[in-house]
Amino acid sequence: MLKMKHLSKVYRTHLIETHALRDFSIHVREGEFVAVTGPSGSGKTTFLNIAGLLEEFSGGEFWVDGVDVRGMNDDQRSRLRNEKIGFIFQGFNLIPDLNLFDNVDVPLRYRGFSAADRKRRIEENLGRVGLASRMKHYPAELSGGQQQRVAIARALAGSPRLLLADEPTGNLDSLMARGVLELLEEINRQGTTIIMVTHDPELAARAHRNVHVIDGQVTDFDAEPQLRVPSGNATAAVA
Amino acid sequence: MFYYYLQLGLHSLKRNPLLTALMVFGIALGIGTSMTSLTVFYLMGSDPIPWKSDKLHVVQMDNWSVEQPYRTPNEPPDQVTYLDANALMQAGKADLQTAMFKLVWPLQPDNQDIKPFSSLGRATYTDFFAMFEPPFKYGGPWDRAQDKDHGRVVVLSSATNEKLFGGQDSSGKKVRLNEIDYTVVGVLDKWQPRVKFYDLTNGAFNDSEEYFVPFTTAIELQTQASGNNSCWDNPKPGWDGYLASECVWIQFWVQLNSTARKDEYLSFLNNYVGEQKKLGRFPRALNNRLPDVNEWIVDQGVVPSDAKIQVGLSFAFLIVCLVNTIGLLLAKFMRKSSEIGLRRALGATRGQLFSQHLIEAGVIGISGGLIGLFLTWLGLMAVRSLYKDLNSVAHMDWFMVLTAIALSVTAAVLAGLFPTWKACQITPATQLKTQ
Repeated sequence: MLKMKHLSKVYRTHLIETHALRDFSIHVREGEFVAVTGPSGSGKTTFLNIAGLLEEFSGGEFWVDGVDVRGMNDDQRSRLRNEKIGFIFQGFNLIPDLNLFDNVDVPLRYRGFSAADRKRRIEENLGRVGLASRMKHYPAELSGGQQQRVAIARALAGSPRLLLADEPTGNLDSLMARGVLELLEEINRQGTTIIMVTHDPELAARAHRNVHVIDGQVTDFDAEPQLRVPSGNATAAVA
Repeated sequence: MFYYYLQLGLHSLKRNPLLTALMVFGIALGIGTSMTSLTVFYLMGSDPIPWKSDKLHVVQMDNWSVEQPYRTPNEPPDQVTYLDANALMQAGKADLQTAMFKLVWPLQPDNQDIKPFSSLGRATYTDFFAMFEPPFKYGGPWDRAQDKDHGRVVVLSSATNEKLFGGQDSSGKKVRLNEIDYTVVGVLDKWQPRVKFYDLTNGAFNDSEEYFVPFTTAIELQTQASGNNSCWDNPKPGWDGYLASECVWIQFWVQLNSTARKDEYLSFLNNYVGEQKKLGRFPRALNNRLPDVNEWIVDQGVVPSDAKIQVGLSFAFLIVCLVNTIGLLLAKFMRKSSEIGLRRALGATRGQLFSQHLIEAGVIGISGGLIGLFLTWLGLMAVRSLYKDLNSVAHMDWFMVLTAIALSVTAAVLAGLFPTWKACQITPATQLKTQ
């Protein structure tokens, strides 16, 4: 599903060069639930941004669902992101003056789905996260946990193959965090690949496999995926 | 996607009503100011009779002194002498022609309740009506025989007919002008050319006449023109001396229906002046001209240069308003950085975001344009109340309404280009991290 080989990311100013990722290689197979852990500044978020095609990389090779990302222009990356990748952010990132229906509608609009198809997908995914009855509500009228559920519904509405989550429970209390995590596990069981960046060891422990990043490099990983992988042959490995 | 972008634009404008109001009002003020001055400027210089302006020509013949031109560098007079007007009318070489001058006679109504009043008239030939096409409400112009016979006939303006006869058909009734009775042969409908092009010697935006009488009648009655009168040599004493003088005081217009006819007429004029030279007149070099209506308006400086400066200044003000809008839009779009970053993350291309924000700027432009139109209307009303002589040109027309909207949207979109481009450069990852 996602494969990086010897990937590097260098931030350059006229004074210094900062290597955010160096010789970073990873292979996440379809259906996996991978937790990426590491201290602050280790490069986890840079990895996630590159994985989500939100940032360009400086060197190496990178495939998403078999598509070579190198040499793609901004528009091509946007389309690929829209079709194959869903995002869940720590801060939920809902648009405050759009109701839940319209928030979930955002990626679908850019995808070019018909109005009827969009409506079906929005209702289905808000139903899936238990918020079907609150479609006309605004984000400010919801709890943090509910807002994150809306963000998950938005991420899922376009049926992405890969879900990238950046500290998805970071802003939630433990009860709400548990609810969101259970929802992610449920989504993963239904076949969506999930890569989750987290500081929380307890959360990481619920993933099939952990990738530990320090100083922009993978330093540790579970060689074999855990038993929760849904499809029989889905395995994850650091390449 | 256009409707979606429009919805987002409206949504975004509602989000910051104060900022939106500032931007819209800024554009509206700029549009209102520039459109007010542009409308006056445009109507001052626009063709007052577009369907035949190229066929109507002023006759200019240079009978002026050999020592100096009528107007530098070498302009012939704007009017002609009686001698020449009479000769050209007698020759009748144009398709239609008329000599004419402005007169002011006292009008003495039959109705004792209305006191006699001084009224503005025009002495002309019957061709005037066919040439300049004022619309008739009742009756029609007098005929050529009455031109020849110095007929005591009159054509009234709609306002005069309203004043004297309550707006009824007054054809055949008598009107007493300067102690003489005239029979009404026709009543005009409302007629006020935007620019009084047929006689620019006494102001380009004056009211049209209250009545028209035959030129020959006015001459027979030894009526002095109330308009501009210029002489380079002292006339001999008496009325006949004045008629035989080199004083110019008569406007002479011809209608020539083709370029060939114009060439023929100019040739005729040149021959005529050649003959006159033999009689000791026309001491200057041959300098006959036949400017058409639009050339005449330009030649006579109907649009004053300060009107051009005013338009320039008002557009400079519009630019100041736009720069202000650019700043406000930039602030607004930068405040939306996180949303723009999010939309990018959710799959929007730069092009889609560019379109979305340009449409938002366009919505501001249309709103500003509509309010600007209202301000233009107020501005023109103010112009009309301050400058009575600009009554005929301080009006909105459809062309200027559409121009105002187009200008406003273009201005807002131009103002939105830089902020939009800037917004689309936002790196989504940076914005999402800072949430």
